[in-house]
Amino acid sequence: MPARVGAAARWSEEAGVPTLAVFKLASCDGCQLTLLDCEDELLSLAGKVKIAHFLEATSAVLPGPYDLTLVEGSVTTPADTEHIRAIRAASRRLVTIGACATAGGIQALRNFADVEEFARTVYARPDYIDTLATSTPVSAHVAVDFELRGCPVDRRQLLEVITAHLAGRKPDIPDHSVCFECKRRGNVCVTVAHGTPCLGPVTHAGCGAICPTYGRGCYGCFGPAGRPGPTGGSLSVNLPALIPVLKSDGMDDRDVERFLHTFNSADFHEELMAARQEEQS
Amino acid sequence: MTHRGSRTLHVGSLTRVEGEGALHLEVQDNTVTRAQLQIYEPPRFFEAFLRGRAHTEPPDITARVCGICPVAYQMSACAAIEDACGVTVDPRVVALRRLLYCGEWIESQTLHIYLLHAPDFLGCDGAIELARTARGHVERGLRLKQAGNAILDLLGGRAIHPVNVRLGGFHRAPAPAELQTLHARLTHALEDARLTAAWVSGFEFPDTETDADLLALATPGTYAIEGGTPAALRLDGNLSTFPLHTFLDRVREEHLPHSTALYSTLDGRRHLTGSLARFAISGRWLTRPARDAAVAAGLGDPWEGAVCRNPFRSILVRAVEVVYAVTEALRLIETYEPPSRPYVEVPPVVGTGHGATEAPRGLLYHRYALDADGTVTDARLVPPTAQNQGAIEDDLRRTAQAALDAGEPDDAELAALCERAIRNHDPCISCSTHFLDLTVERTRSARTV
Repeated sequence: MPARVGAAARWSEEAGVPTLAVFKLASCDGCQLTLLDCEDELLSLAGKVKIAHFLEATSAVLPGPYDLTLVEGSVTTPADTEHIRAIRAASRRLVTIGACATAGGIQALRNFADVEEFARTVYARPDYIDTLATSTPVSAHVAVDFELRGCPVDRRQLLEVITAHLAGRKPDIPDHSVCFECKRRGNVCVTVAHGTPCLGPVTHAGCGAICPTYGRGCYGCFGPAGRPGPTGGSLSVNLPALIPVLKSDGMDDRDVERFLHTFNSADFHEELMAARQEEQS
Repeated sequence: MTHRGSRTLHVGSLTRVEGEGALHLEVQDNTVTRAQLQIYEPPRFFEAFLRGRAHTEPPDITARVCGICPVAYQMSACAAIEDACGVTVDPRVVALRRLLYCGEWIESQTLHIYLLHAPDFLGCDGAIELARTARGHVERGLRLKQAGNAILDLLGGRAIHPVNVRLGGFHRAPAPAELQTLHARLTHALEDARLTAAWVSGFEFPDTETDADLLALATPGTYAIEGGTPAALRLDGNLSTFPLHTFLDRVREEHLPHSTALYSTLDGRRHLTGSLARFAISGRWLTRPARDAAVAAGLGDPWEGAVCRNPFRSILVRAVEVVYAVTEALRLIETYEPPSRPYVEVPPVVGTGHGATEAPRGLLYHRYALDADGTVTDARLVPPTAQNQGAIEDDLRRTAQAALDAGEPDDAELAALCERAIRNHDPCISCSTHFLDLTVERTRSARTV
């Protein structure tokens, strides 16, 4: 679908109020729903920004440019490669929210498979399906000002990102691993105490270590920790050291691959390949 | 373009629905010749990449089909795989699952009532605009929605894509004292839910009825949520059930040559799932507060078999279902006994399993085939919105035709009415995408950046 950028730049009538836009590509809607789940803050936030484009929440749609644009979802169709460029052109600051937008999401599993075979599996008329062979993060197509991880994003972190942008400061989003949050919560380590496979040591913090708190191992829905992205970060992923631990906790090679190939498969895949190479050498 | 006799109407970006879609209407000589709900959500291929996964994984993976109703996906996936493996879970675990599901019903139905649907009846663009004139109402809605989320947060770990659900039950069962913290909040929520039903019953509703067959799960003795037998109520009042394992023989997709969309039909006829269907089929099992709210809202007495076929009045039924879900959550908390183990082991078995539960917007069916080591060899998901599409398009056609017959609506009025007709069904387009054809016309220009 051709995306149209408002030809005449029109600013919000309420001069001085920053405009907020929310767009969606291939995704489950969960990250933009996170914004509507901020029940305590929603109405006060709505008083501080002009919501200019948020189809799920309002029929009132204003053309760009937008001061802050949030994008959920990954790029999976030829039309969306154009759409994301138009969104970028209409946005002062572009923040991607969630694993689909920052890493391609679960639908990036097609990147390791035959997408035509996928289409034949699901659709009666695969010839009607207009899709790319890959699901890619927004940053593979346009410049991104900040990436907020998570499947879904964390409510508090989303508010921090919006608030920081409104205040013109850097969002306070630490890029250490889930282990830090787990220790801070006073959890007993599920791997050490129970031999439960856990991706906490290599997964980006942000969720508050909820899986270990509920007695299960982290399944990596925030993607690799410290992975260098378009917005910075340093590579500190320790997957080569973790894989033997996962195996000693009962996982075989296929289990490990499945464990890493979920909501951030494209990001973890690179780490997995590097770890395997290290293992072989 | 407002040529009265013939026109083509296209709304490129539906708003206040979950996911992205468009509507397309063609009118010739004042007769609606084509009415379509079009989908431009990109395909994500869940059924393809589920193949080769471990049988323990679909609850977490399929949650990602939909951020609005992840619990529905988790529960249908668990039900289907436990069916394949011949495992029955502890009734106390079933009760916890029902409590979790009540949280999703409260959250999702309240979201639809206040943030997506009510603005239609009050002539505004959304709830944030509505809050300028009716802040108290919107605040009550957000508070009620938050009560649903509190259940999801506690039982699931988080409201969207809960982490605590696993095949066979939960990773961790809450202590009774933890659940008690929800009790006071839900007691307040019950009052908010009653006030919600009273509030929406003051809205004005266009007079129209769907002739679709109504399909919902039925469980004698209770308002079916987390399981049951598919039951169909025909227009003539005939009620029949069929075994879940025959679901795909009864609910079939049909590719109509004149249409770009795939339709699901039940025994070859148009059918509708969701609140209207559940109210008609399970209404006699509503709790007294929910039944009283229904009577007060003018829906008739569900204990006496009242049926509502007006999709615009679905907002009333959703409000009644929220009252029900709150009372049911309170009952489940009051009678809670922690299970001896939070889950049962589900060893893999070669075979096929079927599972269906009532997502807020209707019946959600899953089928999985497993091999001996538990690897998924085939997966089918039939979401409610894909089933409802035929009934939604029929509503579009009927509603638009009635407006044309009654007067001379301009394009904007007609478009607004058609959008309302779609929103009545709380369509979840993200969910339904993988069942819908994607050859949408590429000429639309209304999608503004």
